[in-house]
Amino acid sequence: MTTLVSADGTRRRKGRLLGRNPLGLLFSAPYLVFVLLVFAYPLVYSVWIAFHDFFFAAPGAQVDRPFVGLENFVTALTDPAVIRSFGNVGIFLLINVPLTVVLSLVLATALNRVTRFRTFLRVSYYVPYVTASVAVVGLWLFLFNGGGLVNQILGPLAPDPSWLINETWAMPTIAIFVTWKQLGFYILLYLAALQGVPKELYESASTDGAGAVRSFFSVTVPGVRPATVLVLLVSTVTGANLFTEPYLLTGGGGPNGASASPVLIMYQKGLQQGQPDVAAAIGVVLVVLVLLIAWLQNRFAGGRD
Amino acid sequence: MAGSKSRVRMTPANALSDTKMSRGQATLRAAVLALGALVFLFPFYYMVIGSLQAEPDPTVAGAFPHPSNLTLDNFAAINERISLLTGLVNSGIFTGGVLLGTLVFGLLAGYALAQLQWRGRGVTFALALLVQVVPFQLLMIPLYVLIARDYGLSDNYLGMILPFFINSTAVVIFRQYFLQLPKELFEAARIDGASELVLLWRIAIPLVRPALITVVLLTFIGPWNEFLWPFLITKDAALQPLAVSLANYISTVAASAANPFGATLAGAVVLAAPVVVLFIVFQRYFISTDIGSGVKG
Repeated sequence: MTTLVSADGTRRRKGRLLGRNPLGLLFSAPYLVFVLLVFAYPLVYSVWIAFHDFFFAAPGAQVDRPFVGLENFVTALTDPAVIRSFGNVGIFLLINVPLTVVLSLVLATALNRVTRFRTFLRVSYYVPYVTASVAVVGLWLFLFNGGGLVNQILGPLAPDPSWLINETWAMPTIAIFVTWKQLGFYILLYLAALQGVPKELYESASTDGAGAVRSFFSVTVPGVRPATVLVLLVSTVTGANLFTEPYLLTGGGGPNGASASPVLIMYQKGLQQGQPDVAAAIGVVLVVLVLLIAWLQNRFAGGRD
Repeated sequence: MAGSKSRVRMTPANALSDTKMSRGQATLRAAVLALGALVFLFPFYYMVIGSLQAEPDPTVAGAFPHPSNLTLDNFAAINERISLLTGLVNSGIFTGGVLLGTLVFGLLAGYALAQLQWRGRGVTFALALLVQVVPFQLLMIPLYVLIARDYGLSDNYLGMILPFFINSTAVVIFRQYFLQLPKELFEAARIDGASELVLLWRIAIPLVRPALITVVLLTFIGPWNEFLWPFLITKDAALQPLAVSLANYISTVAASAANPFGATLAGAVVLAAPVVVLFIVFQRYFISTDIGSGVKG
């Protein structure tokens, strides 16, 4: 191989410049163009829009879009509806993230030891995850409406007004819905992580007299820590992007904005009310907050590694 | 399990409590798992039952209806309000476009990342991982401005497909599979003068066939279930995927007094059925290790 390459001078130089198989770059070019076009450029553009007076103009029209500094951020953050939507997503994350981590780890641990019905159980756990939100939203509207099955079972314990039109319960109901919907994916992540926990650790724990609960906390939980960091990150990012559920389950973030999410407000402000600059500013604030939360999670759950 | 068995022989006293414990544990485990399955599956059963009921019955008895109360009328009713066939065809075109882009260009990128040495390989791989944590919704405004306004691709299949064209998780999964193939296999064929495309087509792809099915499954659910983007980009009902037209139906009837749940549930069944069937038939290709490696890299 070496003699072949050094025999041909030009090929050798090209080889040094682009690596041994420059064809790799050609093969990856469509993907790289896609990433630049659909992720990198819009990301930069989004920040640019947030700092300028941006509005929708007729195609081809030359318009002036002056730099306005932090004006869009001030407009966004002095709007009580925007502040409320960040509070709402905070409530959402406080319910959804811990519930997701605990339930998916417990179910994955239980599923990992089982041999009979394993396939049936695994499939039934991820069926909600692979199904369209829009389809299951239709069902939850039926289950949780005033005279729905959930209230029929609860009888006098049912909240009044019913779940999705109740200011206190609307957001928690959405949080429970999303937990239920996404849990199967996180169970799969934990199942993969559990394969990496050495069996010997369980054996030595049980030799030391540790019961099932004890070895769950002293072997399983530390053993799947990298997966936990991943589950925390993915569920936080998913939660911050909440849109479909408040749009459909609570008829656009109702009642009185009690379940409006920042992305829903971005849609309303940016595309319905024609203020894409303010919407982009909300988006930038949301990303910064998510990065901050992710950093904190990594610091406190990630351990030394 | 093997560990506890070997301990049986060593310390009989401990072993006794161990088996007793594990019987109790097994019962608890079975109860937890069964409860989980019920919580995950019952809503789907209820969805199908609800869609078949002539009169929506929200009482507990309604979950186990008399066969005489079952009918297909709801499917006809929803089909009158939104054309199910048009919706399914549009969802199919949207999903098909994404699958095509992912299988052709994702496969090429995955192969290049795993088997070829080239400058920028590390950066490209890092990008493929990074892109997966960039929330799509945050790109909503700039993408809408670019695709709908600047490129004029609203109410157009291309505009719908573009942001999803190549699935990054699929690129990472392809790379993972191609990495497992021995390098010598390719070196030998290269010395024989085979071009990289021939190598990919004749040697690499046939060896990673399970990965293709995994990737198809994983990629399928993205566009098929996607609501926000096609909702933003299509105003013309004739171009809307089923998820969008059903959502529009739900949000219009939610405001009206009489709530025809039967029709909504019938639409939900039609939207959910293809994916659920696909995942049940090919369940063994949707396994934890693939998904884990796709996200973590």
